[in-house]
Amino acid sequence: MSEEAFDWVAALSAGGHEQEDATRRLHELLLRAARFEVRRRRTSLDSAVDVDQLAADAAHDALMAVTAKLDTFRGDSRFTTWAYKFALLEASVKVRRRAWREREVALEPDAWTRIPNMEAGPAASAESGELMAALRDAIRDDLTPHQRLVLVSVTLDGVPIDVLAERLDSTRGAVCKTLHDARRSLRMRLAEKGFDIEPTREEAAA
Amino acid sequence: MSDVIRRVLGPEGPEIGCDECFEKLDRYVEVELAGDDPDAAVPGMSAHLEGCPACSEEHDSLVALLRSPPTGGL
Repeated sequence: MSEEAFDWVAALSAGGHEQEDATRRLHELLLRAARFEVRRRRTSLDSAVDVDQLAADAAHDALMAVTAKLDTFRGDSRFTTWAYKFALLEASVKVRRRAWREREVALEPDAWTRIPNMEAGPAASAESGELMAALRDAIRDDLTPHQRLVLVSVTLDGVPIDVLAERLDSTRGAVCKTLHDARRSLRMRLAEKGFDIEPTREEAAA
Repeated sequence: MSDVIRRVLGPEGPEIGCDECFEKLDRYVEVELAGDDPDAAVPGMSAHLEGCPACSEEHDSLVALLRSPPTGGL
């Protein structure tokens, strides 16, 4: 652990005025990062949204997260880099959820059937059409309804994964794993059917 | 491969998940900004960032923040 990181961790664990002072300085850094992120994503928000309050809320939640996870910091980076990511996460999640608050997330079990139509057109080659048909079959036959819903929402409808997790009363990690498992199943099925889908290195090694 | 198929099938190569991505994002970005090979430091991260727009946004933001004018420490 670097001297910078050691000093931060020691100060944030010291108790008394030293800890209070370190916590105040940490909050300033987190607020700077949260404001930075909210400004970057501002165009996705309605003009009526109080972005300063959004950043303040994100900085507060990040401070709670950093404090709670302080004992997990291993010193793999500068302390400030490690802390910044919490503020950026809290701010980006809040911005995405606010941006999608008024937007409907179509949690339709049969939404995947729209996939072939997206490829229709004179530019689509016969080979591409065959691959698309096989992909459609694999989505229908090899995925669970939940996998289909996650796959279509994230990859085709562009629903942010944390927004989808919130709508499904799930976690980002769980939705991410569902997406990963669905993609792996599709790749394996397409490869079995003879399509030139390069397996992932982990699939090739299995 | 079409853009639609690419988006549905996601990136090739071993891929870590969102939770591990967040856990290792700070190290990955520091290695990246130092000009070294971040995917050697955190295998599977670049594939995940390619296939996960939310994590990719957070990666880009951390890179941009660290490239912005510095602030003091303790």
